Amino acid sequence: MSPGKKETHITQLHGAGGELMGELLERLILPRFGEDTVGRIGLKALDDGATIALPEGETGELVLTTDSHVVQPIFFPGGDIGRLAAAGTINDLAVMGARPIALTLAAIIEEGFPIADLVRILESFAVTLDEVGAPVACGDTKVMPTGDVDGIVLNTTGLGIAVRAISDADLRPGDRVLLTGTIGDHGMALLAAREEFQLKTRLESDVAPIWPLIAPVVELGDAVHAMKDPTRGGLAAALNEMARKAGACIEIEEPAIPMREPTLGLSELLGISPLEVANEGKAIIVVAPEAADEALKRLRAHPLGAEAAIVGTVTDEHPKRVVLDTEVGGRRFLDMPLGDPVPRIC
Amino acid sequence: MCLAAPARVLAVSGNVATVDYGGVETRCRLETLAEEVAVGDYVLIHTGFAIRRLSPEDGQETLKLFDELAASLAEAAEENPVRPDSPVGDESQSATKSRS
Amino acid sequence: MSPSFHFSDPVRGKALADAIAKLAPPDPLKIVHVCGTHEMAITRNGLRRFLPETVDLLEGPGCPVCVTPARDIDTAIAIARSGAILCTFGDMIRVPGSERSLDETRSEGCDVRTILSAADAVAIARETDREVVFFAVGFETTAPMTAAILLDGPPSNLSILASHKRIPPALVALLDLPDNRIGAYLAPGHVSTIIGTGPYEEWLAERRVPVVIGGFEPLDVLYAVALILRQIRNGTPRVENGYPRAVAPEGNPAALKLIDRVFETVEANWRGIGAIPSTGLRLREAFAAFDATDRFEVELPEGKDTIPGCRCPDVLTARAVPSDCPLFSVRCTPTSPVGPCMVGSEGACSIWFRYGGERPL
Repeated sequence: MSPGKKETHITQLHGAGGELMGELLERLILPRFGEDTVGRIGLKALDDGATIALPEGETGELVLTTDSHVVQPIFFPGGDIGRLAAAGTINDLAVMGARPIALTLAAIIEEGFPIADLVRILESFAVTLDEVGAPVACGDTKVMPTGDVDGIVLNTTGLGIAVRAISDADLRPGDRVLLTGTIGDHGMALLAAREEFQLKTRLESDVAPIWPLIAPVVELGDAVHAMKDPTRGGLAAALNEMARKAGACIEIEEPAIPMREPTLGLSELLGISPLEVANEGKAIIVVAPEAADEALKRLRAHPLGAEAAIVGTVTDEHPKRVVLDTEVGGRRFLDMPLGDPVPRIC
Repeated sequence: MCLAAPARVLAVSGNVATVDYGGVETRCRLETLAEEVAVGDYVLIHTGFAIRRLSPEDGQETLKLFDELAASLAEAAEENPVRPDSPVGDESQSATKSRS
Repeated sequence: MSPSFHFSDPVRGKALADAIAKLAPPDPLKIVHVCGTHEMAITRNGLRRFLPETVDLLEGPGCPVCVTPARDIDTAIAIARSGAILCTFGDMIRVPGSERSLDETRSEGCDVRTILSAADAVAIARETDREVVFFAVGFETTAPMTAAILLDGPPSNLSILASHKRIPPALVALLDLPDNRIGAYLAPGHVSTIIGTGPYEEWLAERRVPVVIGGFEPLDVLYAVALILRQIRNGTPRVENGYPRAVAPEGNPAALKLIDRVFETVEANWRGIGAIPSTGLRLREAFAAFDATDRFEVELPEGKDTIPGCRCPDVLTARAVPSDCPLFSVRCTPTSPVGPCMVGSEGACSIWFRYGGERPL
């Protein structure tokens, strides 16, 4: 931003899940809609979903979430926009502690889009839903003239039910922080797939619906204090959001963060940190210290949780900040990323 | 300045090498390097061009340098109680050895 | 990175930290490095906690993006607005010129593309009839690549906006600034891979200041700091190679030859510092046909390198740390930066803001 100049155009940074997107929500969305609420966790909480209070006499909480999906390329290593849309919404419900019970699917399609591709995408969407047993309840399609939309945009809304919805903001000193698996895979795989970089790699997106993975951990009940999925902005953004909302400090052991070798290799080539890129099949889970070992055991019992690890602790040392204990023995802050990481040479 | 990471050479064809960064394969140009590279060598690459050839032994040599310095200073501290102006360590051991 | 070149084990970290503690100087010592990648290595790994009380390690003008004059950025923007494809390294994209940045220029609809290599600019030029301009920024590490593509039969629709700079003469200029009190230099590892140890000797021999070339792994940095402190303790200031696996005394002859064939040394303007003799690389006459400043007639806004109140000039010359600037984190943040040091991902202010550099944790 040039000094003193007011923003007149949306830039790519506004959609990237980092600091600028947060400011956009604060400035344009919350003033109009921030007081809207139908349950315990409302829009203002900016959590992964919102709760809906059940009628008198019913138990549990309904959870509602919505997402729009634009991804380029539409078909990427390890998945496609259909699987991304389904998993993304299922996972937003999952990290609220909610079992998915129905999804909607709305598609905005560019005129000229190949029907064979559309079939593939819908099949991916269906397969992903089958993995958790949730149906599509309703949908919509619109076609826009060539050039007015980039290929295809999907919007999904998910409805789930939780015994008790879990927010992303209840962090208590002493709590342990768990990751369900390796970090940075989706974001790095998509960077690697960009044609202009001319890279060949086995790196694949980790896109997957994780409700079956974390359901057994949710069953631990009150010991599970907070959960979040580290999508856009990566682990760094998600941890910072949690720390800020809770007013707590999260201290992470850098060597404990699970990471695949090609993810690290690519990060060194491009100068982009794996902690700042999206994950589409992972969760951060914060639990009471006495439940940490059991939570880890339950995660590792599932194939998607084979690399799960306890990576840190909640403290009150630097409130609202995330501290990283580095491999060599140093310490530093892990900050909220600015926006879409850009490859650097310097 | 500047970002340069070592990658392993998988193949060489004229001015271009195919290299591997721990599972990410890409190519780099070689005209910025004076020496020939062979499969199995490592190269330091900056903006898509090789700037230095490395061998795995270079990694081991580096560790030796770290260890030698730490040891020589630990010794010196034991032998001579440290005065702010007393020379320490053996500077002849310092890092001027390098493969050309 | 292959395991054999990853140097960050905590046991050796402690051993080198102990060595540094033993060598702590009694009087304050300011060590200056001139490499954004060094600042990243230091802050990302939290290395300042290993330094003794009396030792400060600061970034000088080591972010080539931060010291690129606003006028050069304005030229790149004007070229993009004229309809050419403007290719730039990612680091450059958000740095403000006199009025706007390349990122904002792209949001307005201009064709600005981030590339990873000079070779990418050539590839883009071969696939189009449109004019393609490569905004060539960087120090001696990056200049050989620009030279290489110009010597490789580049397509006629490609031209270069050359903004490369040389480091060693700038190190002397820095020493001559009032209030500088620079006690030692941690010299940039990969610039040195190209230039070797000679230029530091040539420019700094008279000045009796320790100059230690350092690598970028956490242990490389601690090692180089220990070597500097040993020189200070023993009173033996000289040029020392602390990164021998990547730096030969003679540098990289092939790369040096490429630079020499294509560029000549001239005075250059460093944003926030001013003109420093012998630090610019300009395309030689033989390559004038590929010089974008000849090929494009552009109208530039009134040049504005610095903004009132902004202390980037002092930060860039290591006479102030980011938190000394009254705008730091108050009016100047990574999301609304005022000066180049806050924008460039390797600028000192940007790094301090994001990684808590204001105090070792």
